[in-house]
Amino acid sequence: MQPAISFVNVSRHFGEVRAVDDITLDIMDGEFFTLLGPSGSGKTTSLRMVAGFERPSKGEIYLHGANVSQLPPYERAVNTVFQDYALFPHMSVAENISYGLMIRKVPKAERMRRVEEMLALVRLPNLGGRKPSQLSGGQRQRVALARALINRPPVLLLDEPLGALDLKLRQQMQIELKIIQQQVGITFVYVTHDQEEALTMSDRLAVFNNGKIEQVGSPSEIYERPGTAFVAGFVGISNLISGSAAEAIAGSSESFAVRPEKIHLAEAGTPVPDGRLSADGRVRQVIYLGMYTRYTVELDLGGELTVVHQNLETTSMDVLAARGKRVRLMWNRTHMQPIGD
Amino acid sequence: MQAVKRVSLSQRISNFLFLRPRLFLALLLLPPILWLGVVYLGSMLTLLIQSIFYLDDFTGQVVREFTLRTYGELFTQSNLDIIGRTAGMATAVTLAAVLLAFPLAYYTTMHATRRSKALLYLSVVLPLWSSYLVRVYAWKLILAKEGIISWFFTQTSLSWVLEGLLRLPGIGGPSLSISPIGMFLVFVYVWLPYMVLPIQAALERVPASLLEASEDLGANALVTFRHITLPLAFPGVVAGSIFTFSLTLGDFIVPSVLGNSSFFIGQAVLSHQGTSGNIPLAAALTTVPMAIMALYLIIARKLGAFEAL
Repeated sequence: MQPAISFVNVSRHFGEVRAVDDITLDIMDGEFFTLLGPSGSGKTTSLRMVAGFERPSKGEIYLHGANVSQLPPYERAVNTVFQDYALFPHMSVAENISYGLMIRKVPKAERMRRVEEMLALVRLPNLGGRKPSQLSGGQRQRVALARALINRPPVLLLDEPLGALDLKLRQQMQIELKIIQQQVGITFVYVTHDQEEALTMSDRLAVFNNGKIEQVGSPSEIYERPGTAFVAGFVGISNLISGSAAEAIAGSSESFAVRPEKIHLAEAGTPVPDGRLSADGRVRQVIYLGMYTRYTVELDLGGELTVVHQNLETTSMDVLAARGKRVRLMWNRTHMQPIGD
Repeated sequence: MQAVKRVSLSQRISNFLFLRPRLFLALLLLPPILWLGVVYLGSMLTLLIQSIFYLDDFTGQVVREFTLRTYGELFTQSNLDIIGRTAGMATAVTLAAVLLAFPLAYYTTMHATRRSKALLYLSVVLPLWSSYLVRVYAWKLILAKEGIISWFFTQTSLSWVLEGLLRLPGIGGPSLSISPIGMFLVFVYVWLPYMVLPIQAALERVPASLLEASEDLGANALVTFRHITLPLAFPGVVAGSIFTFSLTLGDFIVPSVLGNSSFFIGQAVLSHQGTSGNIPLAAALTTVPMAIMALYLIIARKLGAFEAL
């Protein structure tokens, strides 16, 4: 199958800065693909190169097999949902949504019909006459989405579209975006720095760091089998053991990561069952988070591990009493992920 | 118990006003209200009152009786000519200023680097730092028959172009320095900053993402300009044109330095209130620019100039 988008050895330099440094990546047709990374990692620049707002300094970008590296944005079959929504303030909601159709001289009757369709899709019926300034943040977000989708692009680009919304609305929109993507059946390329959002929505994701791609994979692969120390730390909580401590615990000096929820917290001296690894230490910090508690344990061998425990039977009083106590940490060998350099 | 803290006078005043926001507001607004209300509106009112009196031709005295006959005098042919000439010049100057200022303001806000932005900004406002009179007389020399422009046309064997221009009825004259064309050039020069700055301010407020969104939705640069940039910058264009238009309407220096014997409104006001002592007619004439500006703003509003604000 032909990829919807291909980056082939793409770089983008701004003066001395290598915003994007030689990335090669295929995004498949119909995928919900996320570019995840901290700010300045090159994910937004990569998206902007697909849209055509930036041109690659080196390398080529293909859309459904056609080289678009040198095409202006208005000649590319992609549409973008902007971080600040970029709604035209002097136009009504309906005029904003139908802008792309107006440019392509679609007859007015059909424009009106499709605007209604779009307003229904993003669940904003009867708001066509409003100005963007009269809408809430969540509503603007939906208008921006409708304005992009009305052109029926084969690829939709979304640049941190939920960044400005509050947590509850964001979680609701995450689900809605996913549903809309399945309804319209087109490729979504989604940029975010929020690892939880990336894990929730994506079919696959690429983790960016310093202009390079650290790892590409499904959310479960990325979470359970992080390929690099950066991925292990950026997606989920960093729990990395290396050097002599790794040698003493696992018998090999290769660094390894273990997810905090996979670690069992037991009283000091508890016997270790077969197939499990263990490390002794002292609880340095306890953070009670309602649903679960997060412990930071200082290992005797050096280093720290974070452990989370669901508060199944414990109360806040119980868990807070654990501070300063000696404990034994145990985990299954299969939950240990070796990390190369 | 805590010791009582010593409170400074300014702290006490602050605290006093913090609890009385209305008093604070009144104190803040009092000076501008006095200035605008009494000095500015007050003198405007006196002016308007003058315009409903009339000058007795026989005695040469101002008769302080209510009458509209002074306003009637505005409609004599010679006064209508003056008004038409001034308004025509103001329109031409404004249009030319928009055409020159927009690209400059657009480049400065959208494309210039920080450094060249500062440089461009400086070069726009720099002329405002020197005396307006000096600049007008400098232009008189530039435009004179012996000036650099004539010299340039002679050197390039294009004198016939200049002569042809000066022979045009209505806008020509013996030389550029005594012609409506020359006046037009100088007006455009002296008022240009007043057009550039408001357009620049309007364009500063247009986020780059709006232009990207338009291109993303299929519009090329020209279409984007027509549907997005221009409508959003239009309030700035209107604001700038209010300056250039009204400044040209009221100016009497440029026409008297570079003009021929045909008066502009400013010159007429000057001569009526000075030489002939016809203060009522001078006052009535000054209401003309106000009326024109009011009309202009109403039309601009009808065209939707302020909707993007």
